[in-house]
Parts: sequence; C-alpha cells; structure tokens
Amino acid sequence: MPGKDVETDNVREEIRQYILAEFLPGESASNLRDDTPLRTGGILDSVSTLAVVDFIEKRYGIEVEAHEAGVENFDSIALIAAFVESKKTLV
Amino acid sequence: MSVGDVRDTLAPVHLSDYLATSASRFPDRLAAIDPDGTSLTYRELDEQASRIAGFLAEQGVRAGDRVGLVLPKSTAALAAVFGIMQARAAYVPVDWTGPAERLRTILKDCQVRALFLDSSRPELADTAETVIWLGEDRNTSFPPPIFSWDLALQHLPQVVDTSARQPDDLAYILYTSGSTGIPKGVMLTHRNAMRYVDWCSEVFVPSENDRFSSHAPFHFDLSILDIYVPIKHGASVHLIPDELGKSPKDLARFIADRQLTVWYSTPAILGMLAEFGDLDRQDYSQLRLVLFAGEVFPVKQLRRLTSRWPRPAYYNLYGPTETNVCTFARISTPIPEERTEPYPIGWPCSHCAALVVDSDGSAVAVGEEGLLYISGPSVFSGYWNRPKESSAAFLQHNGARWYNTGDVVKQGGDAGFLYVGRRDRMVKRRGYRIELDEIESCLYRHPAIKGAAVVSVPSAESGVRIVSYLAAAENTRPSIVELKGFCNKHLPSYMNPDIFVLVDSLPRTSTNKVDYQALRRTFASGKNSSAIAR
Repeated sequence: MPGKDVETDNVREEIRQYILAEFLPGESASNLRDDTPLRTGGILDSVSTLAVVDFIEKRYGIEVEAHEAGVENFDSIALIAAFVESKKTLV
Repeated sequence: MSVGDVRDTLAPVHLSDYLATSASRFPDRLAAIDPDGTSLTYRELDEQASRIAGFLAEQGVRAGDRVGLVLPKSTAALAAVFGIMQARAAYVPVDWTGPAERLRTILKDCQVRALFLDSSRPELADTAETVIWLGEDRNTSFPPPIFSWDLALQHLPQVVDTSARQPDDLAYILYTSGSTGIPKGVMLTHRNAMRYVDWCSEVFVPSENDRFSSHAPFHFDLSILDIYVPIKHGASVHLIPDELGKSPKDLARFIADRQLTVWYSTPAILGMLAEFGDLDRQDYSQLRLVLFAGEVFPVKQLRRLTSRWPRPAYYNLYGPTETNVCTFARISTPIPEERTEPYPIGWPCSHCAALVVDSDGSAVAVGEEGLLYISGPSVFSGYWNRPKESSAAFLQHNGARWYNTGDVVKQGGDAGFLYVGRRDRMVKRRGYRIELDEIESCLYRHPAIKGAAVVSVPSAESGVRIVSYLAAAENTRPSIVELKGFCNKHLPSYMNPDIFVLVDSLPRTSTNKVDYQALRRTFASGKNSSAIAR
C-alpha cells in the first residue's frame, strides 16, 4: 500500500523534527537517522520519553499504556513510527 | 526465631535492630511489598535477613566490610540490606541502571567484599570476591564464587553478636557526584541515621497502621526515611520500581490502590503527579502526610498538588546526604493564590543545630544571606578514603564539628531559613546533586574535544537545564547525537547535558579561566553559538 508508506514517512519526519527541536537543539537532521538509538543512546531518558509519549498521544490521537513506553517501542524513530501505526490501525 | 525477643529488651544500637524489634512485636504484619504483590511479613523479612547475614559471615564478610547492591528495588533487595547490616557490614547501594564504568569505579573505590547482583548487570560480577545472584536466570557459566540467592537463603539464621557493636559503626555509603570527576562516598553511621529516624518518629508520629511509599531508589538518601521509619514502627513499606515511578497515571493509581498514608519523594515527581496523574479520579482519603525534599518545589505546581490533595499535611524537608534531613518546614494549605515566592526550608530539626555565617565567618542577622553550616548527631563521619576533602568539609566552632552545606540561605525571620542558591558549581536536577565539573571531565575524555565548559541555566519546566559549550579539535565536528551517546556511556542519565553548543574556542577571563558568566550571558541572550563561535 503506497499510501501507507507515505503516511509512515510523514510520521517519522514529524517525530524526527520534534526530537530535534526538543532534545537535540542545533543538531542537523541527517545525524538523527531512523535507526539512531534514542533510549540506549542517551538522547531520551525516562523523563524525556514521557514528553515524546505526550506528543504522539496528542498528535495522533492514540493512548499509550505505561508498559508500552519502554525501549522496545521508543528506542528509535522507526520503532516509534511503527508503534504509532500499529496503534492507529487498532482504532 | 527467638532471637528477636532477646534483642527487643535492648535499646537499638544498629538500624537492623528496628527490624528485630518489629519482628517480635508484629511478626505477622506486612513489612514490605513489591509492586507485583510479592510480600514479606516482619517475621519473614527478619528471617531472610538473618539467613543472608549468616551466609555472608560464612563467606568471610566481617564487621566493617562493604557489601555492594546493584539491584532494582524488591523485597529481596530490602532483605539483603538488613542482612548486610546484621552481618555488621555496611551496604553500598548503587544505581543499577548507571554506566558500567562509573559503577566499577564506585565498587572498586570502597573495595566491596561481596556484591548482590542480578541479570540486569552481569558484567559487574568480577568486581567482588563473592557474588550473590538474584533471580532464576543465573548464568552458570560465570566463574565462581557466584552463589544463588536461594542458596544463601538456605543458610542457618545468624545470631547477631551484639557485644562488639557500636552506634558509630559504618551503616552505609551513598555515592554522590564529585567535582574531580570521580564520585565520592558519603559514609553514614548507624547513629547518624537513627537520630534522624528518631526525629521522624517525633514529628510524623508513625504507627504500625501506616503504609509508606518507597519511591526513591536505595542509593538516594530519601530512601533512609522510606525504609527505616516504617520498619521501626511496624508499618509497611510499599516498594515502587523505577518504571512505575515515572508513569504519572500508574503511579497515581498505585497510591490510591495501596491506600498509602505517607508519601515521600522529590517535588519533580509530585509536580508530575499533579499535572498528569488525574488525581481527582481516585480516593486518596488515607493519605495523611506528603513529604518532599531534594530541590525547590515551584509554588505553582505545589498549589496545584495541594488543591487536588487538600487533606494531607505537607512538609518541606531539607538536608544534604551528608547531614540527613536537617531543617524542615510545615506548609500550611490551601496555598494563597497570590503567593509566588518558594517556601522556606524552615528551622533545624531537633537533632540538628544550624549556623549561618557570612564570608568573614560571623553569624548573619535576620534578612541577610550566608552559608549554612549544620552540626549534630546525624551529620556524616566523612568521605570514604578522602581524608583531605573530609576535613575540608567541616568547620570547628564552639567545640563542635559543623558541616559546610555549601548552600546559601537567608535568615528569613519567623519562617526560618530561605534557600537562596550555591556559590560553587554544584546543581540539583531531579533531586540529584550534580557537580558540573564531573560532566566537564567526562567531556574532556572525548577524543574530539579540546575544550569543555558546562553551565546550568534556569528553566521554567524542569528547574535547571545543563548546557555544555564545546570546542572541538581541528577538523573534527562531533555530532550532538554522538556526544549524547558518549555521555550516556560515562554518566548517569540525569547528568547528560540538555544542550550542546559547539564553539571555536571558549571565552576566557583576564586570568585565563573559563568565563562561565559570559557563557551564561550568551545563553540568556539566545545568540548561542554564533556569538561565541565566530
């Protein structure tokens, strides 16, 4: 489904811009790749992950359970975008 | 076990005596409970601790030895704490999520004789002669001597030899950020903690019916109240793991479900609960005390919290790790709409005396600022293996030893002392102490960095933000992503700078020192890199 890929790209880009603006001011977008480790790479900690959770909940109208906000879903932009997509499909 | 009955008749000498006494008074009452529901009665907790003590003694752990704890919070970890003390050793709790190198430095610094570990940090198994492994997933390929927790629990309970114990024996060591780049170990004796716990008894009047939160990790000094006050009084300790502690909605539900009566944490956590916890959805009628410490509570957030939770009594507790809590203020609610200035840290607790002196060393008058010094039986004995820094921390005055907190306070009249700030390079973030110099010395270890200057700037959302200005070596330009990752490997997450700014060179004063004032001014002006870089 090409439409869905475009959508995923958009989600990735929006998350990238959000993380760059909030947690990596001054960094160029090319250094924050889809697979750059966020939690394990020290870019997000547990507190800043809360802010990302808040951002995607509001932006995409989804609800994130506490147990879902760990490394398995939030360690890279690709993972977060996939997680958002899976949540949106459920709705 | 009849051991507890014998000890019950004696005045407590060590913190572990609190457990023995409560185990004989309330053997079947709930002592501690994990979030997953695993719980221990007082009899069970005391028995586990005694067996651990016996096992440690058999492994050669002797009075005064240090035993490390690299564990997430659990009832087993709590039993280990008491077991270590019953073996007359001192426990050294460390942040099990911290960078391996930092943890190694700490465990090596105080030469732990034994170590409690689980599958979260297997790589640290070689830092002690004896390792006790918690959990079923013990990797049998580790070199001996690694023993399973279950094996340790099969040991016969240790009968404590009370004859040689003293209140001034070392109870635990808490490591805090050190300005040299190496964390320093604050040594606290049983007397230091017990005099503080006695004060808590006097002011908070706990009973066996209380249910205490245990939010802070064991390596954080807030845990001293969380653990020993309830155990002394036969109340229950409700252990909250890191993950739950950071999810406001779950945490709020937990407090209501468990019907906690006493809450203690940093203001950051309470502020988060007030903002995101949906506190008006649950019943908090059991909550009678809300205590906070570690940093200044922004009044706006405190007002929000007290309007959601109008019933409990609120206390602001103040004290560096070195003194335990030493001043306190009761906050009367509701908080007036017009109030904007932060609450004072109040007056000294009954176990402490305070002195506020100006730069000449003379006491200041009401309304004036000065450095706060604290004296009393809860004040620490010194830094582990750092005689120079230990003696430099104290002032001899009127025949007593006064600890220089480094905090500037104002004599505020009736309300007691008002916290003003610091004159050195220590900041507090999420309740943790951070020496900015420790971050700098970490950054200097990066091969592409030739100059590093770290400053803190005020932030409306998070209290402070940490900004690091970096000059890179020729022809290199490390990415911010890479720098964050580098800090993450060497520093705890609360010390990882929020903002990195690359500059050609750092501004210097006329005496060729890094001009931190200029950096702060540049940051405030919002011009950042361009202003300094070129």
